[in-house]
Amino acid sequence: MEAIALPDRQNHIHRKGEQPFAIRCNADSLAGAVSQRACVFCGSRVVLYPIADALHLVHGPIGCAVYTWDIRGALSSGPALHRLSFSTDLQEMDVIFGGEKKLRRALLELIDRHGPRAAFVYSTCIVGIIGDDLDAVCRRVEEETGIPVIPVKSEGFKGNKRAGYQAACDAMARLIGTGATGDISRFSLNILGDFNLAGEIWMIRDYYREMGLEVVANITGDGRVDAIRRAHGAALNVVQCSGSTMQLADMMEERYSIPSLRVSYFGIEDMSEALYDIARFFMNKYPDDPEARAIMERTRELVRREVEGLLPKLEKYRQALSGKKAAIYVGGSFKAFSLVKAFRLVDMEVVLVGSQTGTAEDYAELAAITDPGTIIVDDANPLELTSFLKEKGVDVFVGGVKERPIAYKLGIGFCDHNHERKEALAGFAGMLNFAREVYSSVMSPVWRFVPGRADAASL
Amino acid sequence: MGKKKPDFISTTNACKLCRPLGACLAFKGMEGTVPYLHGSQGCATYMRRYIISHYNEPIDIASSSLSEKHAVYGGGPNLKLGLTNVAEKYRPQMIGIATTCLTETIGDDVAMYLQEYRRDTEGSVGLPDLVHVATPSYAGSHMEGFHGAVCAVIRQRTEGGPCTGTVNLLPGFVSSADYRHLQEIMDGFALDRIMLPDLSETMDGPALREYRKIPAGGTPLARIRAMGRSRATIEFGRTMADGSGGAILAEKFGIDNHRLGLPMGIRESDRFFHLLAELSGRPVPAVFRGERGRLVDAYVDGHKYLFGKRAIIYGEEDLVVGLCAFLAETGVRPVLCASGGTSGRLAASIAAVTGDLLPEQPQVHEGMDFFEISELAQELAPDLIVGHSKGYPLARKLGIPLIRVGFPIHDRVGGQRILHLGYRGTQQLFDTIANALIAKKQADSPVGYAYM
Ligand code: SF4
Ligand code: SF4
Repeated sequence: MEAIALPDRQNHIHRKGEQPFAIRCNADSLAGAVSQRACVFCGSRVVLYPIADALHLVHGPIGCAVYTWDIRGALSSGPALHRLSFSTDLQEMDVIFGGEKKLRRALLELIDRHGPRAAFVYSTCIVGIIGDDLDAVCRRVEEETGIPVIPVKSEGFKGNKRAGYQAACDAMARLIGTGATGDISRFSLNILGDFNLAGEIWMIRDYYREMGLEVVANITGDGRVDAIRRAHGAALNVVQCSGSTMQLADMMEERYSIPSLRVSYFGIEDMSEALYDIARFFMNKYPDDPEARAIMERTRELVRREVEGLLPKLEKYRQALSGKKAAIYVGGSFKAFSLVKAFRLVDMEVVLVGSQTGTAEDYAELAAITDPGTIIVDDANPLELTSFLKEKGVDVFVGGVKERPIAYKLGIGFCDHNHERKEALAGFAGMLNFAREVYSSVMSPVWRFVPGRADAASL
Repeated sequence: MGKKKPDFISTTNACKLCRPLGACLAFKGMEGTVPYLHGSQGCATYMRRYIISHYNEPIDIASSSLSEKHAVYGGGPNLKLGLTNVAEKYRPQMIGIATTCLTETIGDDVAMYLQEYRRDTEGSVGLPDLVHVATPSYAGSHMEGFHGAVCAVIRQRTEGGPCTGTVNLLPGFVSSADYRHLQEIMDGFALDRIMLPDLSETMDGPALREYRKIPAGGTPLARIRAMGRSRATIEFGRTMADGSGGAILAEKFGIDNHRLGLPMGIRESDRFFHLLAELSGRPVPAVFRGERGRLVDAYVDGHKYLFGKRAIIYGEEDLVVGLCAFLAETGVRPVLCASGGTSGRLAASIAAVTGDLLPEQPQVHEGMDFFEISELAQELAPDLIVGHSKGYPLARKLGIPLIRVGFPIHDRVGGQRILHLGYRGTQQLFDTIANALIAKKQADSPVGYAYM
């Protein structure tokens, strides 16, 4: 059989149990390998766009902005500026003579039109080349308009998505610390790394409210500029999807001595663990405070109630799905951990797990929690994924839009776990939605008609 | 035309896509071809995602995946490495290379790189053909990219020789269903044709037993080479620039070029069918005469639902022209025609196909985005909107139906199967529009009529 991967790609693939763990990752994508990755700009906009009362202006030619127009399901409970696609739509003359003038005028025009609380200006590849001085333009417009105007250094070629996360965190760092924090409770936290897809952050906030905790800032799902400005007043940063916002948490720890907890909201286990960890944090911080103990009490009650309600409902799905095989390919590897556990909960076997931007530690942890024989892959491409899915006889593939047709062409079920999903998959209710999603794909009768399946009807 | 177009500096919710996307789609309609973007990784991934959401088909677009250092020192080495990797893994017959804003801006000389690459690889077996097209997005939209790729292939690949009697058909960017229907029509006249490109199968394939790295279908490369020996070319697109594929073939090989509008509505379709009758020396086959008859009958049956209804039409310029030609025949009044394209020919083309039917020409604006369309829309009191799915927020705001046509359709299934062309396609559009207007009336009525 022809080797699945190009020679330069082979060390990005690890089969658990065959050799000691080793994987190459966090490298530039190989030319011509049809990576599933996007770019630095993509990473930045994923993190910043959910800030719904900010203006998000993409400085560059039209494509970068138009392909990302309202593509993510990050919901807002109020303003929805983030759902519009603003671009300077650079033209040839701008490329030759520089786009600074156009950028300034576009900013003034849009700020005047929409009255945002802040503006983020994203640079794209060619802005890095034509040498526009974004900092200078932003500073000037900031003076002229009186709102923060923040450049995001997201030139696509300056690395991969991770570099974009960093640029986004740098941008937010300029907001944090500029708001008043006087009236914030001792029992307070910021939510980092949840983007309110399908309303997930609202669920999480409800949990925190029930526990008796004040949420200072959503970073960034259903986010607001003014809330982020006072985020430094919170007692704790709770960081999900740590790849994207951990740098911000680290910065806040350094600058404002705010500790952080890494959590995941996916799956019963991780969700419960997250709430307990937070309650425990406040118990340790205020050991003699009755309110801290009350928070722990309420947390126990909440988890008990949710889990008791959930388990019987999950049973139907668990029985149907038991023994089926799952494959996972996601953007950030952190989500993959939770997915592995979530599949275990419904008794499914994970045979392939990969991500676009995992780090060596992430992959080592994945190798540790998966079964022998599981394929672990970094920055894969359609041909590799296809061959792995076929080799392993997968029943359902979890990924994003770009992975969907790969699954469907092979006659395999699919579950969207990416930023454009419309189903809430976080929280306790999310686990049930997840099981239902997987179930409704795997159990569909349509696969009986797909050629090549053992039981397929034929003409 | 009256009204002046609002003139803003910034673009909000663009009504166009970037140029390499069009080129990639055109390359997808050539047999055994892998589209390749010379640029950074993000562009390719974003375009794939955008295209997949419409077609629900795999579309692999390779990339040079340039990083910062390549941007400084030139992308040549990565281009060559990328081509080698694509050749090895996909074993394509051809790689269609489009540049991006980045590589155009740093001034990469792709033609030279390819020459070097060909020289370096001389003698190796199984190497694919390479064609390339310059597609900086800061000049032109996806339609320029699409036509550019078609022209590049024609310029770089066609060969002359004794005439074969075939007819070249250059339909432009239409749906997979349209490409299928066009073949059926040509077959109906027993015309041996070379249609370039052909996305009928490559982007709307069947469920298969075996996964194919490159989906079957697309215009065979040998047929593309033979285009220089055809006896005539038909190309669709009233707003297309002068140096079109048909014009190149005429210039290079002296092949008659017939430029028509997209065959939408009765009269634009008639023009196409008459030309085919003339070229084939056969009368219009009974199937199509039947379709035409039923279409006229449908116009009559439904005319009251459509007459005087005010429509906003947007999208690619040639599609907008075709839609106007059709809608004007039904009594619908286009009130605003908008495109992100900037051919400079939109208004005149619309006037040419509707002049005798409309009491008044619509406002026609090029270089529009959806913010500008929205600004004008309110006071035009439209009854319906016709265009791709990105007009949905506007339709929702105005509370009027959106008739989904063209590309992209991101909020419904089967965008690739919408038929727009010929009498049959017109028929389907007509029924869709009439039913949407009836449904709206039904839904708005307090009575709850079950009989409309
Ligand atoms: S840089 Fe140019 S080619 Fe790339 S997505 Fe943006 S507009 Fe398109
Ligand atoms: S031009 Fe750069 S920033 Fe824009 S999509 Fe392409 S890689 Fe990303």
